[in-house]
Amino acid sequence: MNETRALVPTRHQDIRRDLLLIAEMVTPQSRLLDVGCGDGSLLEYLASEKQVDGRGIEIRQSGVNACVARGLSVIQGDADSDLPDYPDAAFDYVVLSLTLQATRNPRKVLHEMLRIGRRAIVSFPNFAYWRVRAQLLLGGRMPMTAALDDPWYETQNIHLCTIKDFDQLCARDGIAVEQRIAVDGHGKRLGGAPANWFGAQAVYLLHRR
Amino acid sequence: MSAALPPLHSLDPIGPGHRVTLGETLPLKLDCGLDLGPYQIAYTTYGKLNADRSNAVLVCHALTGDQHVANVNPITGKPGWWTTMIGPGKVIDTDRFFVICSNVLGGCLGSSGPKEINPATAKPYGLQFPVITIRDMVNAQAMLLDHLGIQQLFCAIGGSMGGMQVLQWAASYPERVFAAIPIACAAKHSAQNIAFHEVGRQAIYADPQWHKGDYFEQNTIPRAGLAVARMAAHITYLSEAALHRKFGRNLQNRERITYGFETEFQVESYLLHQGSSFVERFDANSYLYITRAMDYFDLAGQAGGVLANVFQGTKTKFCVVSFTSDWLFPTTENKEIVRALNAAAANVSFVEIETDKGHDAFLLDEPVMFATLQGFIDGCAEQRGLAKGARS
Repeated sequence: MNETRALVPTRHQDIRRDLLLIAEMVTPQSRLLDVGCGDGSLLEYLASEKQVDGRGIEIRQSGVNACVARGLSVIQGDADSDLPDYPDAAFDYVVLSLTLQATRNPRKVLHEMLRIGRRAIVSFPNFAYWRVRAQLLLGGRMPMTAALDDPWYETQNIHLCTIKDFDQLCARDGIAVEQRIAVDGHGKRLGGAPANWFGAQAVYLLHRR
Repeated sequence: MSAALPPLHSLDPIGPGHRVTLGETLPLKLDCGLDLGPYQIAYTTYGKLNADRSNAVLVCHALTGDQHVANVNPITGKPGWWTTMIGPGKVIDTDRFFVICSNVLGGCLGSSGPKEINPATAKPYGLQFPVITIRDMVNAQAMLLDHLGIQQLFCAIGGSMGGMQVLQWAASYPERVFAAIPIACAAKHSAQNIAFHEVGRQAIYADPQWHKGDYFEQNTIPRAGLAVARMAAHITYLSEAALHRKFGRNLQNRERITYGFETEFQVESYLLHQGSSFVERFDANSYLYITRAMDYFDLAGQAGGVLANVFQGTKTKFCVVSFTSDWLFPTTENKEIVRALNAAAANVSFVEIETDKGHDAFLLDEPVMFATLQGFIDGCAEQRGLAKGARS
């Protein structure tokens, strides 16, 4: 499921830019569950920079092994099937980065996250990004971008959405958007209406209303 | 800091390892309702206990294992059963940790069990030995640690029945276990596993040399029955893929099938060897007692049927390991433990190791398992303040 995490690493050794945006939203010394934690770079970063008590779920054995070998508490599993095992309000934050669009039931996953965590942090590639629109409109082909880098026949992304779509779902399901950061292809932050045009991806901090 | 700790007892070596008499003043209260005491526990240690006694690792052995985990076995002359995992420079580094392994209560290599002499009759206990449980084994180990002056284990580790003991340790003595590594096990023994055990026990009962457990009186042992029990069990430790890879349908010392009942296939010869070598090193009554102890194991049953309740509030760090081809303790059962630990908001890691070697994989050379556990142990050691590679 983490094949979707393919953005170019920036500073801080090898931590991805979008993970830094997530890390920004997290209060120090909180309890956090990273769903689809990959090789554990976010968990490790948060543990060292913000003394966060982190746990992870990762589907690939190689990812789990990498995490456990780094001293992180990570179990092998996935967002669709393993979240129901966790009790209510067990964490301050539940994170799902660039993975929501690859789950079988994103809406259910979102609600599970908000049940387990007092807050949820979700990031996803914005399907209304202008390059995506342009490729479909002008090229007539399924779009491929830095955030959507697999061809249609190989992609894990089965539930793509736009920033507008996600805002609507939150409004309909009583989910409060505490903070939203959209960034363009160069990592520049965007606000307001242009976000849905020029945002390559978005990060949301959510809680239940 | 060591001044505040009780004095260390001297270790009286008896061959490789030691034997201690416990429960002289306070008996061991068994689950069956009886008191046991005094009783003996045979054990081995490796490495050195550090000054604040924080580097002890308890290794719990499986059904037919023993305390000779990392030294040459005095009975078989073979290397210890977990030299892949334990020794100088290994994952459980004996240059770094003080490793303890004791023969379980009910065992047959020096700890009190049906083979030992009943002081009341001056004869081997046989079936007069009280029926024991995994919890009884663990309580006996806890008394051994008291005797050794060790308040908290850095780690308890074990596979199969050893994993059950690790879980019981974490449940009964959470403050005494800093890290727990239950491998290829379950929080309860399944119906299928009880069924396999019953096949083994029936084979022993059916052997006329068993004499209702009093075979030593008759100067014999139930070889055939115990061998069949071992053969049946051994199949469950492997996998179809491993058996096929090793033997396929290869014939034993012949070019073509002979339409008879001699040993025709290589796999038959292998199993016969497993059975006959086992009876040389294991006691049939011990086999009955220990399989029974496993059958009774149901950790959730100790907490009103809810496994998560067993681990409520635990500070122990867990690493659960399962194997893809293990059908005796399949991943689903290992994951039940993980699920309960998550529900208790415990600190848990879980990996499923891909292998075709079946249940026995935990004893074998599994580099991915070693790498994972090395990371887990290093991480825990750091949190426990044990310097990497520090020698006491």
